[in-house]
Amino acid sequence: MITIIDYGVGNINAFVNVYKRVDVPVKIARAKEDLTGAQKLILPGVGHFDHAMNQLNNSGMRETLDELVLEKKIPVIGICVGMQMMASCSDEGTSEGLKWIDAAVKKFDATRIYQVTRLPHMGWNDVRPVSETPLFRGLENDAIFYFLHSYYFECHRSEDVLAVTDYGGEFASAAHYENRYGIQFHPEKSHHYGETLLHNFAKL
Amino acid sequence: MLRPRIIPSLLIQDNGLVKTVNFKNPKYVGDPINAVKIFNEKAVDELAVFDIDATVKGLDPNYSLIERIANQSRMPLCYGGGVKTVKQAQKIFGLGIEKIALSSAVIENPRLIMDIAERVGAQSVIVVLDIKKKLLGGYEVFTHNGKKSTGINPFKFISEVQDLGAGEVIINAIDQDGVMKGFDMTLIEKAREQTSLPMTVLGGAGSLEDIKKVIDRHHIIGVAAGSLFVFKGVYKAVLINYPAQEEKEKLFKK
Repeated sequence: MITIIDYGVGNINAFVNVYKRVDVPVKIARAKEDLTGAQKLILPGVGHFDHAMNQLNNSGMRETLDELVLEKKIPVIGICVGMQMMASCSDEGTSEGLKWIDAAVKKFDATRIYQVTRLPHMGWNDVRPVSETPLFRGLENDAIFYFLHSYYFECHRSEDVLAVTDYGGEFASAAHYENRYGIQFHPEKSHHYGETLLHNFAKL
Repeated sequence: MLRPRIIPSLLIQDNGLVKTVNFKNPKYVGDPINAVKIFNEKAVDELAVFDIDATVKGLDPNYSLIERIANQSRMPLCYGGGVKTVKQAQKIFGLGIEKIALSSAVIENPRLIMDIAERVGAQSVIVVLDIKKKLLGGYEVFTHNGKKSTGINPFKFISEVQDLGAGEVIINAIDQDGVMKGFDMTLIEKAREQTSLPMTVLGGAGSLEDIKKVIDRHHIIGVAAGSLFVFKGVYKAVLINYPAQEEKEKLFKK
């Protein structure tokens, strides 16, 4: 069973549909009662960092989530801005992050991107796993994923970097610490590659 | 390495899928949900869906159809048509659309870009410009399915929308629409010079060779096509198609 956190930001239906196809039961959590007994969490997110943090903090779920992730250590995966929210802070805004992974969110340096199109980083790019992980099982060699973002996740501990992608230099497109995972790209919109990754998460 | 994007562009009218020529004579080509299912199977880079009725008839976006499309889609989706307010945009994002294309509404009120970007993030706000060649040279932006002239110079407007925080610009060439004789390379060249934003070009693709020409010249760019991906052969029989991964890799090679 996967519990998707619905705090009014992000595309919940897309995840529900992927898990329907691979036959994994899904529950949507809109209040803290819905989180009772959760085994695995997905934290989606799109849009502005502050707006997303604000929505989550006001959802009534924040404390329960901290408890599930930091104390009970159930697996959680943050996606796109959901990943960025797991850091301590972001260049995009002034809100405090969840501090679930030791990282900060930075804006891409456009001067290092040597092409006419600079930001946002939009489209299909390679994701290269740099450490062994069940999350990328079957995706070790030629997986591409859909990206849409202008800020990236900078891990403070290099061992937390799970996969890298090149856009004006390599950045952490996936990160991991204990029971917590973050991915910058959109698996729910990345065809069979994304389906494999989300299925792998369900099997952790 | 980031790849160029090859994007089928679908037009919606009365809940059906249609295709126009020079923005006129919409021909019914099938059921949009069915088309989305086929494009899923073909693993397209992105899908763009434009409701060509909404603005002209002053209608709200067709939320139930958008929701059904989004629910079917395993690929990134761009929706355009009839979006005039932040509230409408937020509702559409909530249905599972990644990008919203704005046209007539931002021409009337360019600040709408900022207002929407603040809520949903700049990367999701797309400005689509329907552009026609002027009789005495130069180009002009049109709205309302190419019927309403605006007097706006597209190239000036592109740099303006970048400053207002748009995430992408779609250049839609009215004169090339449905003609399938190749892109207006001069228009693309001039538009590309104005901005560092991601850009997608639409209008004129008659073959994969036409798409390759744009990619060879501009590399990281979105290349969209309507007729090419819904018709087959000189008699334009309806057949949804899209290049396979290996064919695409060939298009990306110089």
